[in-house]
Amino acid sequence: MSFKSLENIPHLDMLEPFKGVFCDEYAVKELKTCHEREMSDNKIVGSLEEAIRLCGLKDGMTISFHHHFRNGDFVVNQVMNTIAGMGIKNLTLAASSLIDIHKPLIEHIKNGVVRRIETSGLRGELAEAISHGLMDVPVVFRSHGGRAAAIETGLVKIDVAFLGAPSCDPFGNANGYSRDNDKGVICGSMGYAKSDAQYAEKVIILTDNIVPFPNVPFGIPESDVDYIVETETIGDPNGIMSGATRFTKNPKELLIASLASEVIQATGLFRNGFSIQMGSGGASLATVRFLREKMLKEKIKASFALGGITGQMVALHEEGLIKKILDVQSFDLEAANSLKNNRFHQQISASYYASPNNDGSAVNQLDFVVLSALEVDVDFNVNVLTGSDGVIRGAIGGHSDTAAGASVSIITCPLTRGRLATIVDRVNTIVTPGKTIDIVVTDQGVAVNPLREDLRLALVSSGIEVCSIEHLRDKARKLCGESAPIRYTDKVVGISTYRDNSVIDLIYQVEEDV
Amino acid sequence: MEERLRRTMMFVPGNNPGMIQDAHIYNCDSIMFDLEDSVSIAEKDGARMLVYHALKTIDHESKEVVVRINSLDTPVGREDLQAMVRANVDVIRLPKTEKAEDVVLCDQLIEAIEREIGREVGSTKMMAAIESALGVLNAREIASASKRLIGIALGAEDYVTDLKTNRSPEGIELLFARCMILQAARASGIACLDTVYSDVNNEEGLIAEVKLIKQLGFDGKSIINPRQIQPIVDIFTPTAKEIEKSLSIVEAIKEAQSKGSGVISLNGKMIDRPIVLRAQRVLALAKAAKILKAEEIDNVF
Repeated sequence: MSFKSLENIPHLDMLEPFKGVFCDEYAVKELKTCHEREMSDNKIVGSLEEAIRLCGLKDGMTISFHHHFRNGDFVVNQVMNTIAGMGIKNLTLAASSLIDIHKPLIEHIKNGVVRRIETSGLRGELAEAISHGLMDVPVVFRSHGGRAAAIETGLVKIDVAFLGAPSCDPFGNANGYSRDNDKGVICGSMGYAKSDAQYAEKVIILTDNIVPFPNVPFGIPESDVDYIVETETIGDPNGIMSGATRFTKNPKELLIASLASEVIQATGLFRNGFSIQMGSGGASLATVRFLREKMLKEKIKASFALGGITGQMVALHEEGLIKKILDVQSFDLEAANSLKNNRFHQQISASYYASPNNDGSAVNQLDFVVLSALEVDVDFNVNVLTGSDGVIRGAIGGHSDTAAGASVSIITCPLTRGRLATIVDRVNTIVTPGKTIDIVVTDQGVAVNPLREDLRLALVSSGIEVCSIEHLRDKARKLCGESAPIRYTDKVVGISTYRDNSVIDLIYQVEEDV
Repeated sequence: MEERLRRTMMFVPGNNPGMIQDAHIYNCDSIMFDLEDSVSIAEKDGARMLVYHALKTIDHESKEVVVRINSLDTPVGREDLQAMVRANVDVIRLPKTEKAEDVVLCDQLIEAIEREIGREVGSTKMMAAIESALGVLNAREIASASKRLIGIALGAEDYVTDLKTNRSPEGIELLFARCMILQAARASGIACLDTVYSDVNNEEGLIAEVKLIKQLGFDGKSIINPRQIQPIVDIFTPTAKEIEKSLSIVEAIKEAQSKGSGVISLNGKMIDRPIVLRAQRVLALAKAAKILKAEEIDNVF
């Protein structure tokens, strides 16, 4: 074949003709079979310590974890113990969230291994200790979307990501389940780990289940993975996944849920092809049930459900009432199994879910989101982070992301919890700004944000009684009385950031009882 | 006076602050705070105080508030009565009523308290629970023993024990008592309420029982959990067809009246008083179920 004519083609003088097989010094023929490569060219290293050394982890660096193993997670504690043993100090720990099982971090903070923490939330003894002033540097709380944006923009630069995975092939294709090599540990979506894998300088996968290549479908592609460490166990299956999330029998939650479904119907946006996200709390889960009845009755189908996914959502999907599911986190075994088995149940990253930096952010496609709250104030600001005693006891999650993205954001909460008012003058900690909250549904009345006069009119014309948020506050106050103010010191222990990563509120150290 | 709907009367233990505080948020027609069987003897005083303050503090809006007091044969029962009349309770529910004298005694004691505190005499209403064979046989006299009585109710647990039997899913053992107290209530023009259905998780069983008592003619049922409200309301809510028919009946009367016509007919059929009364009850139930708006009803009345 002659390429003389190439010269005559305009603008092709940059191209070079093919010089023949094996002639070019760059052309390499791979002779090993896939199986041989699995044995010899894999990314599996002998020990966690070795992997950490290979990654070049040093004092002062930033490490990251995901929280898809929830309260069954062994990865964080295992990795931190190894790092502490290696004498590395002053680390920034940037987790997607931290919970009760992570209380051994208290020791690592005291010993100087961990200097800073970034997370969506904190619970249990670790949260308690931090609220009482354990750390020198305040914890930075970010929403799931805010965290993804911070990682993408380099605001949070992860040096080494330690990502637990229920399945991984020898080259690093990792996932929260395995279609053909399930070993009993399953977490479903790996949504929060995806951004870490993509942007971290080095990525270590920890797994108890190395499966043959190719591990498809995968949540994390091998191109994002540097090393794989096989460990005996990555977590407790019972803590990672509870059984099917059950519907609440609590009559008050059912009442709120029923009212929330009435509200959704009354907005006028409850029509064929609507989209929705539900929290996993009792009332929002129960809302699904009441909504299902309305969908069947009105012959309405949802186009997609988003977010943390529960078995209840899956049931509606399998019934044909929700066409597609976008899953950033699978809350229960049924959700995880659906992701594994259902064609239109898609795993998505935290960035695609909620990052304000991502043009495709799925929260912006939401028609409805039903969220919970520890407190709501008369400006509709919501707190999901600190309790009535001022102690950190929750997580931002996707709260502020979905509230901003959804056409209608609905808060479901009881007017009072025990002796505490839920609707107050000013929330302890602002997590989600009131401007993005549209409707508050309580057991004793529905309030609509004055910014959404359109929604108020729609609700009223559908026969739903709407009152002012001040009216709800007064009602709660009449029952509970005025709470004594929480006593804080001047020390800041936590920073509540909005989804654009700006500071929206500060959390102070609670004063010790004397 | 517009007849009040009593489809659901919800039992609330008088010693449970959380449940007392939340009772009014549910969609029941009447709330019944219990000072009797659900409160142990050691807690009688505490429960009385709690319910007293709940009545004084919490706005129960349009719901009817009933308190089941202890037997007036006991000092506790008399103190209950004193406190509840003073707290402006709507209705005193008398437990284990066996004869007309029980009702008369309660009526007199209430009147004395009303006079003492300056509450309008007769404004405190009463209902009697019939829970024994003797009470069932005396139902006629009991139901007509006081102008304060707004209704009588069957209490099945004690009653079946008295009969030396137990409750069956079909409820055949209650048939006589149900019919008896229903005739007594209707003969006196007062409401008649059925006993509780105790298996809260068995919605199917509840529905079957409510269909039965509705067909017999009962106004409603005592309930023990808010979750039982909606199934009962659903059964008592008229169908669209029933509502439509009732609306046209009431409209036909209106038209006949405006024409000064004595005979009322609709689609060629004569409408007499029982038909009108049934239509009005259907519309009242539809209004309570929020199927019909108040103004739509006002238009036809």
